[in-house]
This record gives sequence, structure tokens and C-alpha cells, in this order.
Amino acid sequence: MSILVTPQTRVLVQGITGSFGGRHTQLSLAYGTQIVAGVTPGKGGQSFEGKVPIFDTVGQAIRETGATASAIFVPPPFAADAILEGVDAGLDLVVCITEGIPINDMIKVKRAMEGKRTRLIGPNCPGIVTPGEGEHSQGGCRIGISPGYIHKKGHIGVLSRSGTLTYEAVWQLTCRGVGQSTCVGIGGDPVNGTSHLDVVKLFNEDPDTHGIILIGEIGGSAEEEAADWIRQHGCKPVAGFIAGATAPPGRRMGHAGAIISGGKGTAAAKIAAFRAAGIGIASTPSDMAETLLKMM
Amino acid sequence: MNLHEYQARQLLAQNGVAVPPFEVCDTPERAKVLAEQFLERGAKLIVVKSQIHAGGRGKGVFKSGFQGGVKLCRTADDVFEKAKAMLGNVLVTKQTGPDGRLVRKLLISVAPEIKKELYLAVLLDRSIARPVLMASTEGGVDIEEVAAKTPEKIVKEPIDPAFGLLPYQARKVAAGLGLKGDLINQAAKLFVGVYKTWWECDASLVEINPLCIIALEDGKESLQAVDAKFSLDDNGLFRHPNLQAMRDLGEEAPLEIEASKFNLNYIKLDGSIACLVNGAGLAMATMDIIQHFGGSPANFLDVGGGASQEQVAAAFKIILQDANVKAILVNIFGGIMDCNVIASGVVAAVKETGLKLPLVVRLEGNNVEAGRLTLAQSGLTIISGGSMADAAEKVVRAVQS
Repeated sequence: MSILVTPQTRVLVQGITGSFGGRHTQLSLAYGTQIVAGVTPGKGGQSFEGKVPIFDTVGQAIRETGATASAIFVPPPFAADAILEGVDAGLDLVVCITEGIPINDMIKVKRAMEGKRTRLIGPNCPGIVTPGEGEHSQGGCRIGISPGYIHKKGHIGVLSRSGTLTYEAVWQLTCRGVGQSTCVGIGGDPVNGTSHLDVVKLFNEDPDTHGIILIGEIGGSAEEEAADWIRQHGCKPVAGFIAGATAPPGRRMGHAGAIISGGKGTAAAKIAAFRAAGIGIASTPSDMAETLLKMM
Repeated sequence: MNLHEYQARQLLAQNGVAVPPFEVCDTPERAKVLAEQFLERGAKLIVVKSQIHAGGRGKGVFKSGFQGGVKLCRTADDVFEKAKAMLGNVLVTKQTGPDGRLVRKLLISVAPEIKKELYLAVLLDRSIARPVLMASTEGGVDIEEVAAKTPEKIVKEPIDPAFGLLPYQARKVAAGLGLKGDLINQAAKLFVGVYKTWWECDASLVEINPLCIIALEDGKESLQAVDAKFSLDDNGLFRHPNLQAMRDLGEEAPLEIEASKFNLNYIKLDGSIACLVNGAGLAMATMDIIQHFGGSPANFLDVGGGASQEQVAAAFKIILQDANVKAILVNIFGGIMDCNVIASGVVAAVKETGLKLPLVVRLEGNNVEAGRLTLAQSGLTIISGGSMADAAEKVVRAVQS
């Protein structure tokens, strides 16, 4: 099994006709993902490369194709609206790749999603990959922008805010012959849909996930919350790395959420919380896979 | 993006927040005229405040030796003298670093008679994904110190973004600060105005420190925002042309401005090993691993997910303008991006800049074999790194040797 998505998950793409959305739809189709619909308002009735029907609304796309998950590649000014359209249409999962959404828009989205069934991953994230059985993990479900070929089907859950740091961890595992159940990028923004803790719980409940790599970074306290839960409830083996130990306070390090403010959100505090929870600490980002494998 | 105090005061005043009467100027002559006008209208004390994007101005020292970037004056002539000492001079405070900041503008304001200093801020509480109004009876001091030593003196009110700050919530906070009588309603109006400013400007922080209870001439008391700090969410700027116009490039590091023109995310640091990385998380991790092996990073630089040859060339030119740089580490995990494109960009940039410093390149991912071949056949002395750790060790050794 896996978490959040399986190779059977039927996926629609909001913003399929943009260059970014189109390119990654092609890559997902090539990976074997069930991309069943695209949504671009005003382009309903057309088709994406003769393969994927395009609809004007998410609701129409769901009715016609049975899609249950969405990937959003809509530009920042319109992305919050696109998320809420997916929520209103009753999708199980919305994965928002878009970087640069105003924080206040995300505050409104979080408020509007209270009590709704939809889970949001992101925004500003690489997305989700559940590797498949084929060569270079083809036949899996790839929602977002991750490179599919670096994965391998297996039993490690990988969880991070960042894209390339996730790829680094995945590649370290794959190079050692160790596969992944699901890899989730939750995004680098200060307000996001799904937290580290949410994903840790999902991995812990998934019988097919045997160990977890948990990658955090400076800013906020989401890593500490996940660590506290692990300390109190126990969990499968977890190895962790926190990026940003050398970042100066008060400066945003690329990600909108990666900032030490008011003395809060330091790498030192997060590493201490990890240690208190029995999470194996990778002393460098080169040691993430090795640290976990030693614990298993 | 940060704003100057005078810009923050303008925005707050537009939303009904009481601030002391003020004007902005950039010459001592104009400062004197403004002071004369305030004095004629009955002001007893005038404050002259240096406008730079850094705190600690009052205790700062100018490179000329002049003490203090904030001065109280009783006469227009004194305002002229103080303005002359500040304008065009570099002010060093505990937040500016040793380079200090050039003072180009002054805020000239009536200095009210302050009876008590309070603290007020609106910011995002990330743990609940909602704004929070934060207030304290301990104004005029560092709020982080208050939070550490006497957290019970901080009042917090979470705000439902669907409704905004409701008047009863504002009154609750006012009462929590121990305000009485007419000040309760004044505070409620002011708090609602501050929240409205925060929300409508897409601010990430509005901080009023101090928020002052002041004595009026008739013996009554009133509330005024006497200093204001304002940070904006860069992601929200596209919908605020008026706020974009408030950007002061003179307050930003020249190399960071240059980098932003090429869509590069660059932050200058103090170390000697420059790094060029794709992705923010990997860029932070690269800085960390340099330090882990005993080096110190000269910068954060994220070239983004789809870097072009031109961006790589621009990135090289920017990091080479930092005189502290003794070696360069390129760390690319080319998931989708073609490693050979990056390799060609690196080779072109090295040739164009005539690079003499040690360069370690670590490539991984898509089309990596072709990329490594391009580097090897370039005829340049490029040190190849295997893993991140291997590359970091090599670049640190190159600096130490």
C-alpha cells in the first residue's frame, strides 16, 4: 500500500494548458499516472495532446471522469480560488504546486476548508509520488513536479517541505536498493494544508511503510509538533534532518516559511525536539538514508 | 519587503490609527521649517528620527562620531543642527551591522508627553494559521525579552479571518492591558485600525512599539502609535502598486537586487565559500554541510528549479563580486532539469569570468553522465564532487590549503 495516492488514483490537473502544468502532465502520463482530466476555464471540450479531456470546471471533470485528486499549476493570483474550487467539488485530495501565493489568501483557504473532507497538500511543494512496479518505478502515481525515475517501490516514507532535498533523500535510498512507499512534499510556505504531523500519522498507520525520513527546515514549529507526538505515542523508526542551521535570523531563506523570527523556529530547537523523540539525526544531508537504515 | 517608519505611519493614519503629527524631509533647511510649523501650532518638543530599515536607532552612532539617530529638540535651530548631523551620514546600530546605513530621510514629528508605553502587534500565528493581535503592558522594550522573562504580561487574541478583529475582541485586549474609561474605546478603535492595515496591505508584521498613553493639554489622556515597524508579504505585493512604490532600493544589498533581476534568490553571508544550488531546502542544507566540515558559507543562492545557462552565468558573476569568497561549490540535483545544461552554463561562466578560485561541482540526476563529461572535457580545473559530503569536504579543503 501507500498513503494518500495509489497507482489507481484518478487525477485531474487544474491549469493543464499552461506551459508548466502541461510539461508536468506529460511527465506524469509518461510515468504511468492516471491523469484523467484537465481543467482550464473557457477551454472545456478541448483535449490535452489528444489524450486528456479538458473541462471548464472541476465539478464537470469529476462527474465525467471520476477523478478524486487534483494537481494545481495555476498562477499565484488565482491559485487560492483553484484550491477552493477543488474543495467545493468534493475532491479527496488537492495538491497545490504553485509557489508565491499571498499568505493572506492561504489564511482564507484554511478557514474555508474547516470541516471539509478534502485534504490539501502544499502549496509551494513538489507534490506526491507513490512509486510503481515498473522500470525506474514507472506505473506509479506522480502528482506534481518530482522526477519519477529516482524512485523505487518499497517501504520507506519520505516527508519534507522542500523539493530538491526530498529528491536527495529519495535518491540516497534508491541508490542503496531501498524503495519508498510514498514521498510527500508538504511545501515551504508558512501556511500550508497538511503538516509534518499529519503525514507522520498517515505513515505510522500505513502497514506498508516500515520507516520514515522526516526532513524539516527553520521557521515555525511544525517539526517540533511532529516530534512531540512521536515522543508521546511512539512510532516506526524515524530519521530526520533539519536544514538551515547556518541561516541568519530574520532572513527568509528562499521559502516564504523558512525564517527565524523572534528567536523562534531555529534549527537547534528542532534538532533538540527530534532528539527528545528518539528520531535519528542525520548530521549532514548526505547521511539521511544511512541514518534511517542503521535504525532498522 | 520592509517599510520606513514614516511610510508605516502614513498607512496607519489612513486607517484611522492615531499617530503624532509628522512630516518627512531630506534637507536640514526643510527640517527647520517643519519644526517651526509644529512649534507655532503649540508643540513643546520635536523629535528628529533617522529613517533606515533597522532598529536600535536611538542608541546608534554615526560614523562621523555623532551619537544617536533619534533626537529630541526644543527649538527649530536645534532641529536644524541635529538634521544636519544625521542627513547624508551613515548610522550604525546593533541591527545594521558594522557597515551601517546611509540616512537619506528624516521624520520630523511632534513628541507627545508620554505617560505610559505599551506594545501592540499583529502577526501570523503559524500554528493556528490565523492572525493574532498581541499586546503588552511592557512597551518600549524588546518584546522577545518580555516573552522570555514575563510571558504573563503578553495578551494574545486570535482573529477569525472571515470576520476580522471584532470590537469586543479589541475591548477585551484593551481591558487586559489595564486600560480604563475613555481609553478602552480609543484603544478598540485603534486596534481595529491596525488589524485592518495589516490585512489590507498583505503585511506579515505590523508592530507598534511603543503604543503610548499621552497627556493632552486639557489634562485628559489619549493613545498614539509613536513608533511603527512594518513588513510586507512579498507574495502579496503584486496587488498593491502603491506599496511597491514605497520600496527603497537604497536599503537593500546591491548584490541581492542584482540577483532578483535574474530571478535568483541570493542572500549574502559572512563566510568564504560561495554556493550555487537549485532549490531552497537543498541550498540551506548545502550551507549547513559546508559548516559541518569546518568551512563557512558566503551566501545562500537558489537558482530555482528550471535554471537556464544565462541564470548560471549571472549567478557566478554575483557571487564573484563578494570579495570574501575564496572558493565556490556548485551543488545541483537535476531532477527534471538537464545536468548537461547546468554543466555547460558552469563552463561558459568560468570562461567568461576568468575564474581563478577553486571550483567544486557536484551534479546528480537527469543526464548527469553527459554533464560530468562536459565538465571533464572543458579543459578547466574543476574539482568533481561525488556525494554532497564529498563535495563539501573538497571545497573546505581547497579554502584551507
